[in-house]
Amino acid sequence: MINSVGKNQLNKIILRIFLYLILSVFVIYYLLPLFVMITTSLKSLEEIRTGSLIALPRNITFEAWGTAWSTACTGIRCEGLKPFFWNSIFIAIPAVIISTLIGAINGYVIAQWRFKGANIIFALMLFGCFIPFQVILLPMARVLGLIDLAGSISGLIFVHVIYGIGFTTLFFRNYYVSIPVELVKAAKIDGATFLRIFWSIFLPLSLPITVVTVIWQFTQIWNDFLFGVSFSEAGTQPITVALNNIVNSTTGVKEYNVDMAAAIIAAMPTLLVYIFAGKYFIRGLTAGSVKG
Amino acid sequence: MSSWFEKHLPKIVLAPSFIAIILFVYGFIAWTAWVSFTKSRLMPKYDIVGFIQYDRLFDSPRWDVAINNLFIFGFLFILISMFLGLIIAIFLDQKIRIEGALRTIYLYPMALSLIVTGTAWKWMLNPGLGLEAVIKNLGFNNFTFDWLINPDFAIYTVVIAGVWQASGFVMALFLAGLRSVDQEIIKAAQVDGVPTVKIYTAIIIPSMTPVFLSAFIVLAHLAIKSFDLVIALTGGGPGYATDLPATYMYTMAFSRGDIGQAASSAIIMMIVVFSVVVPYLYSELRNKNDQ
Repeated sequence: MINSVGKNQLNKIILRIFLYLILSVFVIYYLLPLFVMITTSLKSLEEIRTGSLIALPRNITFEAWGTAWSTACTGIRCEGLKPFFWNSIFIAIPAVIISTLIGAINGYVIAQWRFKGANIIFALMLFGCFIPFQVILLPMARVLGLIDLAGSISGLIFVHVIYGIGFTTLFFRNYYVSIPVELVKAAKIDGATFLRIFWSIFLPLSLPITVVTVIWQFTQIWNDFLFGVSFSEAGTQPITVALNNIVNSTTGVKEYNVDMAAAIIAAMPTLLVYIFAGKYFIRGLTAGSVKG
Repeated sequence: MSSWFEKHLPKIVLAPSFIAIILFVYGFIAWTAWVSFTKSRLMPKYDIVGFIQYDRLFDSPRWDVAINNLFIFGFLFILISMFLGLIIAIFLDQKIRIEGALRTIYLYPMALSLIVTGTAWKWMLNPGLGLEAVIKNLGFNNFTFDWLINPDFAIYTVVIAGVWQASGFVMALFLAGLRSVDQEIIKAAQVDGVPTVKIYTAIIIPSMTPVFLSAFIVLAHLAIKSFDLVIALTGGGPGYATDLPATYMYTMAFSRGDIGQAASSAIIMMIVVFSVVVPYLYSELRNKNDQ
């Protein structure tokens, strides 16, 4: 009896060790690229050529980071990632704010002021979220030219707002739909107007979904490459396009350490958002793709 | 006047978005579809001539490669991501003490741009100094791992990087699915002495069909739209060995100046996406209305 309990106990422990072992292998698998990126960015080119990919740097140097930030060549210009980092900031911030505000008011209307046809409009927006953007690239390029926004930061903000509305509306609509309609009815009886109800009742309740939406939109826009590469020109490219140009520029010696430093710089903002607001990031991810 | 305004204000507020969606989504799709039936090359023409662009598309060996790659990449990417995601989710569901930290590690690639992912894997998979060299240094001198520059295998490097990026997300979906299974049934089965493996294969996994479907839709959608990853990892090369429909479309639109081909390939992409997504969305919306 005692013996069999002991054996069971032993089996359990072995199983636990096995479990943790497998989970650790996956930890290595997911962390290896990040580890390699960081260590490579801290090595000199000489050390990269003679050393091993997975070795820690012998002499830590931040030279590659300086180069990536301010002197690396993206095509013919050699100003590093800095100007493009700011381009991405100037694209992402207005686009996130505008698309989130539009999504909030749209979601409020669709969820709480159900007029005839509102559901059809919502369905049309929903399908719009799923189109492969290739199907709108050609006409959008022409329209941006017509309204004089071709190759500009404003043009990219415009594009991100237009194609962000579907998702932001979806997020807010799904959030507001759980608020009982009786609330609006009661407020209306008390004489509150459409905008007043939104401003004093719904907005104060909206902090969590606003955080989810802002994070979702920021990640999407910061990481966008397709719109950036299609609708920008030399001075207005977002950071993803600049990073790709640095890595794939064929002139001169291949500086792997600079490539890796540049990649980390480009990844930093969304990575920080993930680390500090991961809960909201995941909520957006699942809401955005599952409930879609 | 003001009461009329107040009464219609919700519609007025929604109108700009409605017009924008009609114009910039559906209008643009219509434009692209129209142009795909014309002889457009460098400049769009608007005289419909029939299926000439689609004939050209399906005669093109490059498009053939792109479609083949989409099937190889899509199939492996979806299958491996689902498999890894499910395995990790089940292992994480065994009352692991540091589950939160592990989840954070498994999921962070999803926050990265695919250009960053592509750049990192391009460096690790490069045959001269990357993982190949690491294995060689371990004493396996004949080891070669040159998929990145081998036209027959380059598409599999896109799978490797894609799975790395997305499998953690699938894990999160499955973990949520596992947790929503009725715990009473599981307890009852445990009391009856059903072995753990059997509980998973016979009770838990079959009840997660909707989660599998969601994961499939998300991954299929990601696969068809894949563009950034290929550009950053292989640039579509060697040659055009790793072209996908998305890169084909982009090349035709912006470097070859062949608007007709760009439009027709985009329309094919849309048909593929919608044939996956529309039945799903339709059933989702119908279920919601039934409730």
